[in-house]
Amino acid sequence: MASALQNQTFKFQHALDALFHRTSQLLALGILATVVLIAVLLFHSSLPSLTQFGLNFLTSAEWDPVAERMGGLGPIVGTLVTALLSVAIAIPVSFGIALFITEICPNCLRRILRVLIELLAGIPSIIYGMWGLFILAPVLADPVQPWLIAHFFPNDTPLGIGVMTAAIVLSIMIIPFMASVIQDGFALVPDLLKESAYALGATRWEVIRNVILPYCKSSAIGGVILGLGRALGETMAVAFVIGNSHELFKSLIAPGSTISSVLANEFSEATGKLYSSALSELGLILLGITLLVFLSSKLLFARSRG
Amino acid sequence: MIMNNAPIKIKTEDLNFFYNKHHALKSIDMEIPAHSVTAIIGPSGCGKSTLLRTFNRMYAIYDNQHATGSIFIDGENILSPHQDLNKLRSQVGMVFQKPTPFPMSIFNNIAFGVSLYEKLSRSQLAERVEWSLKKASLWNEVKHILKRSGLGLSGGQQQRLCIARAIAVRPQIILLDEPTSALDPISTAHIEELMTELKKEYTLCIVTHNMHQAKRIADHTGYMYAGKLVEFDHTEGIFSKPVHPSTQDFISGKI
Amino acid sequence: MISLYTKRRITNTVCLTLAGLMMFIGLACLISILYGLVKNGLSGLSFTLFTLNTQAPGIAGGLKNAMVGSLMILFYALIIGAPIGLLAGTYLAEFGKKSRLAKSIQFANDILLSTPSILIGLFVYEIIVVNAQHFSGWAGAVALAFIVIPIVTRTTEEIFLLVPSALRESAFALGAAKWKVILQVVLRVSRTGVMTGVLLALARISGETAPLLFTALNNQFWSVNMNQPMANLPSVIFQYATSPYADWQQLAWAGALLITACVLGLNIFIRIFFKQKPPLT
Repeated sequence: MASALQNQTFKFQHALDALFHRTSQLLALGILATVVLIAVLLFHSSLPSLTQFGLNFLTSAEWDPVAERMGGLGPIVGTLVTALLSVAIAIPVSFGIALFITEICPNCLRRILRVLIELLAGIPSIIYGMWGLFILAPVLADPVQPWLIAHFFPNDTPLGIGVMTAAIVLSIMIIPFMASVIQDGFALVPDLLKESAYALGATRWEVIRNVILPYCKSSAIGGVILGLGRALGETMAVAFVIGNSHELFKSLIAPGSTISSVLANEFSEATGKLYSSALSELGLILLGITLLVFLSSKLLFARSRG
Repeated sequence: MIMNNAPIKIKTEDLNFFYNKHHALKSIDMEIPAHSVTAIIGPSGCGKSTLLRTFNRMYAIYDNQHATGSIFIDGENILSPHQDLNKLRSQVGMVFQKPTPFPMSIFNNIAFGVSLYEKLSRSQLAERVEWSLKKASLWNEVKHILKRSGLGLSGGQQQRLCIARAIAVRPQIILLDEPTSALDPISTAHIEELMTELKKEYTLCIVTHNMHQAKRIADHTGYMYAGKLVEFDHTEGIFSKPVHPSTQDFISGKI
Repeated sequence: MISLYTKRRITNTVCLTLAGLMMFIGLACLISILYGLVKNGLSGLSFTLFTLNTQAPGIAGGLKNAMVGSLMILFYALIIGAPIGLLAGTYLAEFGKKSRLAKSIQFANDILLSTPSILIGLFVYEIIVVNAQHFSGWAGAVALAFIVIPIVTRTTEEIFLLVPSALRESAFALGAAKWKVILQVVLRVSRTGVMTGVLLALARISGETAPLLFTALNNQFWSVNMNQPMANLPSVIFQYATSPYADWQQLAWAGALLITACVLGLNIFIRIFFKQKPPLT
């Protein structure tokens, strides 16, 4: 029944199929190539700095671009400290929020509260930076930090900006992500399990602590690692409030820097090959840290696909 | 096994089928006569749907399934690597267990298949749509809502739409994989009537887990068990004088 | 001596109250941010904001060039990134499926998704700015496109995988070629979801600053030439907010209010019209 014309059409369709297949495959491979290229290029531009400073880069906090003596310890430690601190603050708050939304609040409020918390996630990071600089920092400068100085940190000046401010801002940024992942974990706990605990006379908190929390251990950890990953890479929110000092971390109240804030502030004005190379090396280190966190999240928190 | 002189439309020779390493169809030799309804029955997992899906090589869209042996349709072996699959499927249509209307208007659901093969003018297309909907006994119910989405119809109507869609491209063979199992009794009766009408122009092969349905509409029936074609005969023969003890057990409800 | 029962009740109340307190803290932050934005930004909203370009401190200025620049960069970023993401996602769902290649691409996509955006900026700086020897709007658009691509790839793949195989098989059964099945049936049924993915990517890049810092840079003057450094709202806000000038800071707040209104508006729009919970990863 098929004519020669129809046979030709079939051949043409097959050709189109092949074209579609190869084009989409090529673009998908492009993603793979991009990731590899990012690492390679960063490595390549860090070479001058790697060869010049070697391991000293990781141990020295001296930052004198003019004299060409640069060490990344300040920003590296700053990145880790602010990220870990922000996660430490965010964990109890996210848990509390997730618990409140899924277990405690009345049903009618649930959806609204969930949406409101997710709105926090939608706010661009630059807004957080401004909020941190203009609204949070003054509050910290007076009365919070003077009180802390009087009781814990005798030698510091209450600037308002600094490591502590950055950590607080970061923590608020990552709370909606953590809360959302933890909520999803809570939702997976079978109702029957909870009901059996209630039936034994357990209080709400006891059910939460002994049934729900142990059940969702892995999604909770996954949420924490996710938040950590975000905190490590965040730039703008931190750049506004961290104070941009390359000195090694001394105290929470002092200014500091993170790798991304250093890059944001200094990269476009970096003169001299070694200076830009040192900055690239900082970028490479950040990439390495982020990859490590990413890989551990993959191992611990296997996301189902499809 | 075939008692009259009806020409054979589909003939399988030593057909074997594998899902990865699992041997699902074992050396099937079968002849399906033209212009009749042939039913394939058997317990769950016996391979009936698998067999049906070899006739239009539907399995080819998945990576880990393959068939060996031969299947001749009008003398041509469709398992040959040179067989153009799209061309094959223009000749062998399929209706599925759950109705699957495309997310388009009723008109476009049918036009989709037709415009794959023929360049028709708008009025010719409308004619074809009307023709196939009439053949599927759906025209009167939808003629005034052709622009509405196919998803808005009832289950029975959707299935008839799928049948109309399959007929519209004028295949020679129509495969039906448990076409009424998801429908209510009235829609089922409609579609069974339809199949009895359609066999005048097409060759129908239907997989069904409902023995009574096979008795009602099929001219020939094949009984399968564990991947083998155990028995194949005129429907009355299978149900009144089954040769194989396994067939007897299935028909009397023991399996 | 407090009975065990009372102790348990007290623990319960305390812990539940703490959880409520956490909720309160979260909401308080949200309100503080939004209130601060509105309070500080509203007074900066004026007609001239949209009609005047950025000027030196002390001279009356607006954000016109920055807004137009941002719109152009965002537009091109979507035009470049969305089709690539769509095709890549289609490949993963319809062609590659469970193959090793597809799995590595998925893995790489996830890495790209979690890469800090400033490193993406650095990357594009190396491949475009260094080679062209100048900053440009195009470099900025490409940097943002690299953020769009993994988002759209992932959402497209997930949406396509939700399409029931019976629907695809029906189209194949009619003899349709694979590309037709994908474009005219699979894509059609997933239209809404794919759109959501693209809009989510838009919402995400609307607020991104870091990747633009050394690609598009910034431009004090009016320019619609994508081949030159391009003014963009986030960079202007960064510059103005961290400056000591009151009028610049005022403009920064106005700009911040605008961006937030657009991004939140987009998020709410997506939620209402597409009834989808936005994936946060």
